[in-house]
Amino acid sequence: MATCLVVSEIRDNQLKNVNWEAFTAARQLAEQLGLTPAAVLLGSGVEGLAEAPARYGMERTYVVDDARLANYSGDCYAAAVAEVARQTEAQVVLMAATAMGKDLLPRVAYRLGTTTAQDVIQFRVENGEVIFTRPMFAGKVWAEVKVTGSPVVATLRPKMFAPEEKAVAGQVEKLSVELPEPLAVVEEVKASGGGKLDVTEADIVVSGGRGLKGPENWHLIEELAELLGAATGASRAVVDAGWRPHGEQVGQTGKTVAPTLYIAIGISGAIQHQAGMSSSKYIVAINKDPDAPIFKIADYGIVGDLFEVVPALIEEIKKLKQQD
Amino acid sequence: MNVAVCMKRTPDTTAKIQIASDQTSLVEEGINWIINPYDEFAIEEGLRVVEKHGGEVTLICLGPAEAEKTIREGLAMGAHKAIRLDAAQVPADPRVTARALAEVLKEGNYDLILFGKQAIDDDHAQVASLVATELNLPCVNVVVKLELDPENGRGTAEREIEGGHERVSFPLPAIISAQRGLNEPRYRSLKGIMAAKKKPIEVKTASLEDSQLAVLKYAYPPAKKPGRIVGEGKEAVPELVRLLREEAKVL
Ligand SMILES: Cc1cc2nc3c(=O)[nH]c(=O)nc-3n(C[C@H](O)[C@H](O)[C@H](O)COP(=O)(O)OP(=O)(O)OC[C@H]3O[C@@H](n4cnc5c(N)ncnc54)[C@H](O)[C@@H]3O)c2cc1C
Ligand SMILES: Nc1ncnc2c1ncn2[C@@H]1O[C@H](COP(=O)(O)O)[C@@H](O)[C@H]1O
Repeated sequence: MATCLVVSEIRDNQLKNVNWEAFTAARQLAEQLGLTPAAVLLGSGVEGLAEAPARYGMERTYVVDDARLANYSGDCYAAAVAEVARQTEAQVVLMAATAMGKDLLPRVAYRLGTTTAQDVIQFRVENGEVIFTRPMFAGKVWAEVKVTGSPVVATLRPKMFAPEEKAVAGQVEKLSVELPEPLAVVEEVKASGGGKLDVTEADIVVSGGRGLKGPENWHLIEELAELLGAATGASRAVVDAGWRPHGEQVGQTGKTVAPTLYIAIGISGAIQHQAGMSSSKYIVAINKDPDAPIFKIADYGIVGDLFEVVPALIEEIKKLKQQD
Repeated sequence: MNVAVCMKRTPDTTAKIQIASDQTSLVEEGINWIINPYDEFAIEEGLRVVEKHGGEVTLICLGPAEAEKTIREGLAMGAHKAIRLDAAQVPADPRVTARALAEVLKEGNYDLILFGKQAIDDDHAQVASLVATELNLPCVNVVVKLELDPENGRGTAEREIEGGHERVSFPLPAIISAQRGLNEPRYRSLKGIMAAKKKPIEVKTASLEDSQLAVLKYAYPPAKKPGRIVGEGKEAVPELVRLLREEAKVL
């Protein structure tokens, strides 16, 4: 029984939403390749989560439960996953391209003697082989690649694969694997203030740039974001000026986001900013300069003073919410 | 502290990337080459570590002879010496790069090996993890804060994750990959640039294994439909909201 194996991401003893995307992709790939779609859960006290993957078509869920896996450790987790891949004869190993996924899967691949297609946005099967599309040069070029080693290992960029429920009668199996002592140990996971949504995970992102004039005006961004249930992002100019933390920076040297809706306010849309947000499904731009490059990629642009437009937008959306 | 920094030469962030007519290679002509921006953070961090704890910074770069110009820029920042692993072309497979780098890193007896979190050309974001796995060293990626305690042979790093940070502790020697925010790279002074001319760049042959990542084809991303202006000023807001609700169906 060869598997198409998804490594699930668990944080705070919960399966993160990105897993649904990875499970769905794995089920589709498994169907086309004749493999058993399977998930592996690693952690401490995570058995209670083992029913969820079957809702997305995972026929097997393997659980490795060990106190030493309570916190993520790249080397320890990699040893465990590589062992599970061997035991389940994995032909394909997938994971969401999150901070954890991008850190973990290359280490797993290395241990298995193969290589990783990192951060892929599309795949297809041709003559029994998986062909991945992955952006390079911050999205300026897309490369079609094939992992010729075995297993085929890839991480999937979040928000690129639509999750699809498809319940099956899944089988849960506990596996025991030998774990090495971790070399690097996570001592603390610090959430950034207020349990705010991360830009990479949000469905809507409201971003502000230098057009905001100063941190004292950021409440406009925050108010709009709160109203929409959105995460807040920022241009590098604003991060460099110290108005916003680096974790909010969107762009080539910040985060890559692909939300359903990206609202750029007072952002010129430099190529390095676009690199981080141009694959958003809908882009709204509010800028007083009609020649700002952001308008070239905006689905909906408003040319105008953000200090007038944004409060009006907030009011209009409030009205809408009251009607609903 | 004996520090190594792996640095790659990449096109600058504004470079227009052109696909060659064979669709499996990229045109290199006219490209302005720079130190991969994340590797600049790594070099800066290396310099700060040896300024504080003593020691030397060695740059290691796998690339063609032309890369020496970029290596000199790293030396101009203050790195002491460099090794260039000669390869006419950098491998498409990060595993191949990692194994070649690991081979020279093994010989260097380094206490700290720094990388960038990602090369901005291939965007693999994994060579550091692979080298660490080969050398069986602790590795912390996407680091925005690093503290070392060489007397006790340990260090602590903070790395970025979604919605926060992980604080990771590790024994030395260790591997760290740098993220923006770790530091502010220094400018190359005229004195630094002059001094760099005399610093040694040792050339070694890179042992490159077979690639397991085949690039079948390069293509430009599908063109986004041209932008559209809804209107001007706050009068355009009701129409924007209508479009978001009825056309985009996001509200
Ligand atoms: C190596 C490198 C990496 C980089 N990485 C990134 C990155 O990751 N992310 C990133 O964002 N940038 C990055 N940059 C920087 C990028 O080139 C731009 O400098 C930056 O994005 C500009 O930020 P901004 O749009 O906020 O500011 P500006 O370019 O100054 O734009 C401000 C905009 O606000 C508008 N405006 C002003 N007042 C108003 C008003 N009252 N109402 C409406 N609009 C108004 C202006 O018309 C203007 O378009 C990078 C640069 C380099 C060289
Ligand atoms: N050809 C190379 N020579 C030296 N270092 C490299 C090379 N390629 C990658 N690296 C290092 O590995 C890091 C991550 O690269 P990558 O995994 O390709 O995104 C880079 O920031 C460099 O520090």
